[in-house]
Amino acid sequence: MTQTALRITAFVWAVILGGGGAVAQDTANPAEQTPVGAQSMPVPGAMAAHMSDPVKELTADHAKFDILKGPFASGPEVTAACLSCHTEASNQMMHSVHWTWEYDNPATGQTLGKSKVLNAFCGNVASNEVRCTSCHTGYDWVDVRQPMPDDPTKVDCLVCHDTSGQYAKQDNLAGNPPLDPVKEGSKTITGAVATPVDLVKSALSVGMPSRENCDNCHFYGGGGDNVKHGDLSSALFNPSRAVDVHMSKDGANFTCEACHVSDKHVLAGSRYNTDVALPDDAMHKPGAERDVAACTSCHTDQPHKGPNPVIGMKLNDHTDKVACQTCHIPSFARGGVATKTYWDWSTAGKLKDGKPYAEENFTQSDGKELHTYLSQKGDFKWGENVVPYYAWSNGVMRYTLPETTIDPTQTVEINSVEGEPGAKDARIFPFKQMIGKQAYDTERNVLLYNHVYGPGDGTALWSYFDWEKSLKAGMDYVGLEYSGKFDFIDTHMYWPITHMVAPKEDALNCESCHSDGGRMANIAGVYVPGSGIGIGGKLGLAMFLMALLGVVGHGVLRLFGKKGDHHG
Amino acid sequence: MVERCVKVYTRFNRIWHWSQVASIMVLFFTGARMLGLHQIGPFGLAVTVHTIVALALLLLWIFATFWLFTTGGWRQFIPRLSGLAQVTRFYAYGVFKGEEHPYVKRYDRRHNPLQALAYFALKMALFPAIWISGLLYLTYNIWGANDGQAVLLGLVANLHVLAAFAIASFVVVHIYLLTIGHGFRQHVRPMVTGYEMVDLTPEAEAYFESTGQLIKD
Repeated sequence: MTQTALRITAFVWAVILGGGGAVAQDTANPAEQTPVGAQSMPVPGAMAAHMSDPVKELTADHAKFDILKGPFASGPEVTAACLSCHTEASNQMMHSVHWTWEYDNPATGQTLGKSKVLNAFCGNVASNEVRCTSCHTGYDWVDVRQPMPDDPTKVDCLVCHDTSGQYAKQDNLAGNPPLDPVKEGSKTITGAVATPVDLVKSALSVGMPSRENCDNCHFYGGGGDNVKHGDLSSALFNPSRAVDVHMSKDGANFTCEACHVSDKHVLAGSRYNTDVALPDDAMHKPGAERDVAACTSCHTDQPHKGPNPVIGMKLNDHTDKVACQTCHIPSFARGGVATKTYWDWSTAGKLKDGKPYAEENFTQSDGKELHTYLSQKGDFKWGENVVPYYAWSNGVMRYTLPETTIDPTQTVEINSVEGEPGAKDARIFPFKQMIGKQAYDTERNVLLYNHVYGPGDGTALWSYFDWEKSLKAGMDYVGLEYSGKFDFIDTHMYWPITHMVAPKEDALNCESCHSDGGRMANIAGVYVPGSGIGIGGKLGLAMFLMALLGVVGHGVLRLFGKKGDHHG
Repeated sequence: MVERCVKVYTRFNRIWHWSQVASIMVLFFTGARMLGLHQIGPFGLAVTVHTIVALALLLLWIFATFWLFTTGGWRQFIPRLSGLAQVTRFYAYGVFKGEEHPYVKRYDRRHNPLQALAYFALKMALFPAIWISGLLYLTYNIWGANDGQAVLLGLVANLHVLAAFAIASFVVVHIYLLTIGHGFRQHVRPMVTGYEMVDLTPEAEAYFESTGQLIKD
């Protein structure tokens, strides 16, 4: 009976595969014998590892799948192969911010996301697509005015799941990898020289994402290493414990997903709506769900035990006001990679002898000279080991959106940190404050889209160095009104600092805040002993001094008195 | 009445006094560090020492209060009006003229009326103020959950600091007054040895002689 069932099963498989090479080795039926080596799906179980094989991390060794052996002419062809098993994966991805670059913030009602916001770095994606969308998790997003089409094969599986290390995205191909033949002078999104990607090698290597996968994009935001975030740099590929206690091989050696836990290809954590304070996060039981990218998800909100019980208790008393990051990330841009802290677009476009030029007046701690002026981009300042900017935050960022009216007499807050001092949902949180000068419409008082990338189109700033043309092209592209009159306005932008957590011995000491002019000097809603003498102290000091003065006066009078009339 | 050298301060009395001296000095020093009046030593160490010493002192106060009530020693600290005017007049005027202190120390009345009044205020107002505000300060996170803007914390902290300075002012005057009359050393010695010259009735003299509290000249 069993034997018959097996034969039928094997026969059915052979038929389904159109006479492909499914070979049931124990069958005696010659009708089922097919040529070995043809493209095929083997009998269930034939590829399975046995007890004599090494135990693998994942339940599938993708190197064993024929369908991943190619050949592949493009990224989407690899994705199509992935989808033949993982039928729902692309749909999950296409519902993530990684794909949509659009985020509806429930707290503010604002529609944000890379495809919508203006930032203090390159400004805007629209009109600069093939350069900006080179970091998109899909292929061929050439017009962000439209959402990515509903095409599952356009999802880039490899950028996150390649473990061969040689997969890369070229910096101007709208997310596509450099393939043979690679155009001379091409670069990848990390700025490295682009070499042809071996798609088969990548496809056979797929596995769980490592830090390298995430960070070939996330370390290089803003056009270079650590330019944008300040706490995400190439120093974190292999950091020392002092640079990042979680990511160091001498520490926890976490992947990004250890904290940014994923659910249906959506990762926890957001800088638009950050998990600053969790109402019910404290004291998770072992094994309890912790799907939020917050320190307290693992550490609880009462983590301090030392250096002695008194200090442990007092430190725990801080956690309802002060975010973990505030003390445990004493500075950002550590580990030898600087971050841009200032970007003045207004000086872009200057030429020497009709040619763009660069100045390099910042020396990074590793000796590398960094540009402080580029004709394409303007003036820059850099910083290493930067002390953060502190503000009360409930995690919500409110943006100055493209059509938000600005006050040209004030510094424009590209995003402002929300959260009331002392509110239960807010903590004092560290930020990178980016200072900028950006173009705005002096008639309509709105920020302007700039068109910077577009070799050959006659208007792109980085090729033609003409603001008039660049801004007009940018605004025309998105279909917004533009008076034609522009100037540059001071801007601030805030980036939450949450990586580069230092070992506990390097956390801020008490005096960092509990001293005159300490780090909390401009923070409302807290009482910080040691940061200045209050009214009680002033009255008390006056009383104390009067007592001193009183006894001195009394003593002096006694001396004079005794001169006149000796007693006893 | 006869003046005799009597053991007026028992061992507990003296230990109580000097451990208060030591701990209050430590509390002044560490408190001033936290307030920012000086930068000697780490802030965290000051917090640790201040907290532990304060709790130890509080424990001592509990013992001392118990001791005062069971021995009847509390009566020493009850202020009275009789003689207050003379003593006040002495400190405000007579002392400059070289007059003798109007108060004669008795065994059951160690303190002159002004002194008793000052100690009474210290024990009934300043000490409670400092330890109540201190305990509230220390336990802020247990009760301060709805104090979003930390207004109550600021209030408690300022009251604590104010009370501390009031006690410091007391200490200044307390030490200064030791220089009046028979002199500093004469005044401090009884609190070290326990013995002091006190006016005794013949009955008291006989009693102390029987208890061994008397040193004959």
